[in-house]
Formats: sequence, structure tokens, C-alpha cells
Amino acid sequence: MTVTQADGTLTVGGRFRRVNWRQYVVYIGFVVVFIYFAATQGANFVNPTTLVTIITQATPITVMAVGTVFMLSLGEIDLSIGSTVALSALVAAVSLQATGQWWLAALAGLAIGAVVGLVNGLFVTLVRLPSFLVTLATMGLVAGLAQQLTNLQSVPVTEPVFSWIFGAGDIAGMPILVVWSIVVVALGWHVLRQRRFGAHVLAVGNRAAAASVSGIRVNRVKLIVFALSGVTAGLAGLLYSGRLAGATYTLGGSDLMSVLAAVIVGGTALTGGKASMIGALVGSLFMSMINYGLLLGGLTVAQQMIVRGVIILIAVSLSLRAKKSS
Amino acid sequence: MSTSTSTDTFALQLDGITKHFGGIVAIKHFDLQIKPGEIVALVGDNGAGKSTLVKIISGMYQPTAGEIRLNGAPTNFRDPSDARTKGVEVVYQDLALVDLQPVYMNMFLGRELRKKPFGTLDRREMAAQTQALVDELDVRIPSAKAPLSDLSGGQRQGIAIARATNWASSLVLMDEPTAALGVAETARVEQIIMRLRERGAGVLIVSHNMEQVFRVADRVTVLRRGTQVATKRIDEVTHNELIAMITGLTS
Ligand SMILES: Nc1ncnc2c1ncn2[C@@H]1O[C@H](COP(=O)(O)OP(=O)(O)O)[C@@H](O)[C@H]1O
Ligand SMILES: [Mg+2]
Repeated sequence: MTVTQADGTLTVGGRFRRVNWRQYVVYIGFVVVFIYFAATQGANFVNPTTLVTIITQATPITVMAVGTVFMLSLGEIDLSIGSTVALSALVAAVSLQATGQWWLAALAGLAIGAVVGLVNGLFVTLVRLPSFLVTLATMGLVAGLAQQLTNLQSVPVTEPVFSWIFGAGDIAGMPILVVWSIVVVALGWHVLRQRRFGAHVLAVGNRAAAASVSGIRVNRVKLIVFALSGVTAGLAGLLYSGRLAGATYTLGGSDLMSVLAAVIVGGTALTGGKASMIGALVGSLFMSMINYGLLLGGLTVAQQMIVRGVIILIAVSLSLRAKKSS
Repeated sequence: MSTSTSTDTFALQLDGITKHFGGIVAIKHFDLQIKPGEIVALVGDNGAGKSTLVKIISGMYQPTAGEIRLNGAPTNFRDPSDARTKGVEVVYQDLALVDLQPVYMNMFLGRELRKKPFGTLDRREMAAQTQALVDELDVRIPSAKAPLSDLSGGQRQGIAIARATNWASSLVLMDEPTAALGVAETARVEQIIMRLRERGAGVLIVSHNMEQVFRVADRVTVLRRGTQVATKRIDEVTHNELIAMITGLTS
């Protein structure tokens, strides 16, 4: 027996097998928008390179979405990821110029992300400030550091190994950015669903007091997730500088909204305790597809921003309203 | 108190437990022994010191004086998680459970089972063990895999008790485990508590409900303004005598 209740909950065969269609907003939305672009733009949109372009354009957002899934699962938020992207990209590019060593540059970029994350985490756990305030402050602070570092100058990235790993390479014909997306999402899914740490993150986000009396070290879990969020932003910085063959302080500037939208539309609760890694991936691809389709459609940048904003609003309202009814 | 000369060890033994808060004496020289499989009720009026005693035994407070023994061995607790690892489990009144996770993850919260070779979560084994325990204690829930949010308040308290029982090698502490429940659910939870006798841990239960004390406990110990008034077998006291000991008014 199937009954659709007033709150949009689909009850199948009794009260213990509820199927909530709002959980699938991102998948439905993806298909609907795909069909719309296919219908309006035809072969311009429906061709083999479209999918690859959508995935590779989305890669930095996808990578940060993985960190943000953990962050929101914890019931916290990291607003500083966008500016960390720029700082990490610049630190990596400058290190690359100074040393010529691709691995030193990569390490430096990831490390600066980890440091930003740890600083955020320490203020949240030890000083006990709300994460949105802490990361709002560090968002500005880190953006300032990024601008200061090279005096607003762009830094080229020409080292071939670095460019191959973080941008232009391919493995058995598969673009390396697609590989990065798959690997990072798979790792994130594995840790979230298959490791004790993921279970602890969800427990802390669901009810920190219960986690604490169950022996879970709440502050330790939070610190690790903040560091992880910083590292994913750092990696996104490397991926931008590799793909664009350079770093500049504006990188990542508009990513925060895309990442949050991807994760929330993908079914991760803002209030903690509930997460979907695959949903976040599809959410990220959804955002990327909208950008790509609007670009192909010949909209101006201003028009693209308006349409994207409206689509995000609709998708987020559809997926967030489910949380209240459950 | 007649402890006899038996060689069997007590699950919990308290000797001269005393707790001062600044000038206030919250607990004065409290003694108690609980055998494995025995249910002892702790009763007393508001402010008598029951919660303070529970917090001492669960590691939240350090006693000012006195000794705690678990299974015969002298011990002290640094903090609640230290007490947990030493075999004391607490059933919290406000349900220390996470409602977005399935029942089996709650049962194993903080102690998740992992499987070889990669150390990934062994969900199947956790669900199977949870189902077996829940069946043994007759906690009636739809499934060990059901999300906790699908369960009623009584079912959740049943899960909290089952979890405590599963991990307690010495003692299960309950501070008013049915305070938040209705009549029917209280009866169900009391049945679950009584099944703990067969599992071998000692049980110390704080209760304001005298009927409940007479229904579930083997013995009862009474606190009045920090002083231990008496410890009796439940068949040695009447309802009125117990009230008189709690209030200090002779009837
Ligand atoms: N943390 C504390 N600091 C100071 N006094 C306390 C503290 N905890 C309890 N007390 C005092 O100890 C006495 C016993 O309290 P409590 O153990 O909560 O009693 P009950 O649980 O039996 O109602 C009361 O007088 C209370 O005010
Ligand atoms: Mg109390």
C-alpha cells in the first residue's frame, strides 16, 4: 500500500518503511535540468564532452563539498573555505616558484589549509565560539592574507608535474580532475559510512551530549573535521592553480555558496547528524551543469548569476522543508 | 548490615563514602554492597543526596572520603569514561541516545565493532548482536535496524537499559529511569529492568516511585539529608515504614 501524506511523506507498506521523496530532490532536479538543457540546446549540450566538462569544472566544488558534508554533519559550518582556496593556491604557486619542487608546493598548499582549519577548530572547541562567527572572521582574515601575500599579483604555475597532477593530466584516458573527484568522494564516503570516525561525527552532530557520555571525544572529532575542511579547501586551491596554470587572490571567491548549495541540496542537514556524500557529489554536478548550460545558452554573467540564484533557492527550499516534517 | 562471611565478591561495594561541597555535607559515611544480579533501590527526598551519590559512582564527582570496590577490587574513577571502562554503565534520565542513527548504532555508540581486514564498521554483526540482546531482554522494537526516531519513549528507554546492560561488567546505575514515561511504558521498562537479574551485573536504581521500588527492587537503601537511614530487604519493610524513613516522621 502506498499513501502520500500531506507533508509529502510517501508511506509504503506501514510506518517503518517511509520513503521521503524530498530526499531525492537533487537527483530529480539533475534529471529535470538535464532534460531542459537537452531540449533547448540539442546537440550543443548532448554530446560526449559535456559530461566530462561538467565533472572537471565541478572538481574543486566537489572536493570542498566532501569536507563540508562532514562539517554540516557535525552541526557546524565553515565559511572560510572560499578564501582558503585562494591562500592555498597562492602559497603553492609561490613555493613552486621558490623551490621548483611540485611536492613541496602541494604540501605547502595543503598544510596552509590544515592550519586555517585547525585555527577555526581551536576557536570553536577551546574558546567555545559559534563556528559561523569564527569562520566569518577567518574568511576575511584569510582573504586579506591571500591579497597581502603577493600584493594582488597573480603567480603563474608552469611546473609540468604539478600541472599534470592538479590539472591537465589523464590516467588511461580519464582526465585527472575526474579521477580526483571520484577518489575524494569515494574516500569521503568510506570514512563517513564505513569508519568509526564517520559514525562519531554523525553522533556528535546529532547529539553532542549523548556522544560525550558514550565516550566519544567530542572536541577531538570537531578539531579533525575542521582540519579536514581546511585541507579540502587547500586541495581545491591546488586543483584551481593546476587547471588554470596560475594562482590569484580571486580564486574560490564565489565558491562558498556553490559548495553549501551542493551539499544541502544533496540531502545533508544543516542541523547535523544527517549526511549524504553521493547526494553532495550529484549536488555539485548539478550546480556545474547549470553553469555550463547557462553559458552555452548565451546568458550574460549577470543573467547567469540571477538564474543560478533562483534555481538554488528553489532546490534548497524543496530539500530543507523535508527536515521539518520528519 | 549482615554481610555474612561469604567468599563471593560484590559487584559494588561502598565503604564510608563521604562528599563535601565546601561547607555542605552532601553525603555522610555511606555504605552499600550490591551482589551480582541484585537490584537495589536508592530512595530519599529532594536534596537527600541521591544524585550526588550516583555521580560519585559514575565518576562525575570524586568522593571526599571513602572507598569504592568493583568486583572486590578497590578503585577510583578519574571521570565518567574511566568509570565506563571499569564496568559501570549509567542509564541517563534524559536518554543519552542519538535519534538519527539506527538502534544498533546506538547500542554500540563509541564502541563500534569493526571487521577485518580493513577495520570497517561491522554493521551486520552489530545489528545481529543488538537483535539478540533486545530479544533476550524482551524489549519490543520493530527491528534493530530501525532508526531510533521510529521508537516510542518507552522503547528508547528499553534500548538505553539494554545498552547499559550489555556493557556493564559490574554495575548498571539508573537515575529515575521511568520519570519521563507513561504508565504502560513504565510497566514495560520495569519488566526489562527485572530481567537484568539474569545477566549478572548489580543494579542501583534511584526512584521516587514507591510502588516501583516494591515491584522491582530486592533491597532498598534510604538517604535523608545526606545520612544513610537504613538498608532493608524489600520484604522487611512496608510502604508506610519506607515513607517514614524517607521523611523522618514516625507514623
Ligand atoms: N555541585 C554541588 N555544589 C554544591 N552543593 C551541591 C552540589 N550538588 C549537590 N549539592 C547539594 O548536595 C545536597 C544533595 O543534593 P542531590 O544529590 O542533588 O540530592 P537528590 O538527588 O537526592 O535530590 C543538596 O543539599 C544539594 O544542594
Ligand atoms: Mg536528584
